Amino acid sequence: MVAAASKCRSCGKPAVIDLPRHNANFCAEHLKQLCRRQLEKAIDDYNMFDPGDRILVAVSGGKDSFAVWDMLIDAGYAADGLYVGLGIGDYSDESTRYVTAFAEERKLRLRTVDLRDEYGYDIPTAARATKRVPCSACGISKRHLFDKAAVDGGYDVVVTGHNLDDEAAVLLGNVLHWDIEYLARQLPVLPAANGFPKKAKPLVRLTERETAAWCLLRGIDYLVEECPIATGNRHLHHKGVLNSIEQESPSTKAAFFLNFIDNMAPLLADQTAAASGDLGRCARCGAPTTGETCAFCRLVDNASAHEPVPVELVLGKRGRR
Amino acid sequence: MLVKMRNPRREVEMAGDRTVNHLLDALDLVRESHLVICNGTLVPGDARLLEDDVIEIRPVISGGL
Ligand code: SF4
Ligand SMILES: [Zn+2]
Ligand SMILES: [Zn+2]
Repeated sequence: MVAAASKCRSCGKPAVIDLPRHNANFCAEHLKQLCRRQLEKAIDDYNMFDPGDRILVAVSGGKDSFAVWDMLIDAGYAADGLYVGLGIGDYSDESTRYVTAFAEERKLRLRTVDLRDEYGYDIPTAARATKRVPCSACGISKRHLFDKAAVDGGYDVVVTGHNLDDEAAVLLGNVLHWDIEYLARQLPVLPAANGFPKKAKPLVRLTERETAAWCLLRGIDYLVEECPIATGNRHLHHKGVLNSIEQESPSTKAAFFLNFIDNMAPLLADQTAAASGDLGRCARCGAPTTGETCAFCRLVDNASAHEPVPVELVLGKRGRR
Repeated sequence: MLVKMRNPRREVEMAGDRTVNHLLDALDLVRESHLVICNGTLVPGDARLLEDDVIEIRPVISGGL
């Protein structure tokens, strides 16, 4: 390799990355500084949490959840991790290894919930038993368990690793269908309400390319392989479309999502209020719900009664390879 | 140069020196969706890659929600 001609915008040393959306190149040190600043800006601008708060980070073994956990610890916040074992074949076995190693190496506190051990099912089985798409069964399970762990553990906020690309892709999906209820809830922070804990996404100002670069430069070993169920899904397709636009007009992705938050979300605020009416409590587990029994308890009933289904049987055609 | 790619895992041999941006173009890959690592080090778009370099092109797009 011949050293790059491009120089860091901040210090003039050889650059390691080009960031067209900032119209600049950065060395390792100044890319990390940019990441730290964007994290702090998101936390401050959207009022996510305060330095003394107890934070629970939902971790998966992928780059974004490791990046957000590492960045919070690096910035001096008190953050524990929560990992949910989903039982998605080899992918989950690998994820477990990465998450355990990450926490051990950094002496961080990791809480673990295993669906099969503790609730008698896994995601492929739940998908088959409830005739839902796997991601829907997975979403219900993770949301419930993150909320429960946060409330039981006395945490002030649940943090997830959603980045700018995730949010822009979800926004595109919601806009393509003009789904007002989802649009109104697509905020970087949701306050605690109705028995649900506060939720925050501190990486919304960083792209996936930047969070991946953070991991590389910090020596974080993360699982590059994807959940086999995600392969070819609509969310990935939307990301690809947005990145093609970004290639032609850099910083469009950031404008699309961040201007939505600044300009559009306030106009939808009364929709959020309407959508968050009073909730009852699940007769079985006490979680907030509109019905008698919450969606999670119903899922557990169906899925744990079903014989185990291997992940291969619930993959779409494009997922099998 | 040997180019390693992921998801799915594969390797291709590319002849001749070229810049990172030219390599991505030749493989029809979008810059915004990838990081390029040369002999273990992250490199920007205009870095020139040589015949005996080992390159990893790492996708950064995740599908989970
Ligand atoms: S892709 Fe779907 S099934 Fe896989 S971890 Fe993400 S939400 Fe769960
Ligand atoms: Zn620099
Ligand atoms: Zn319940």
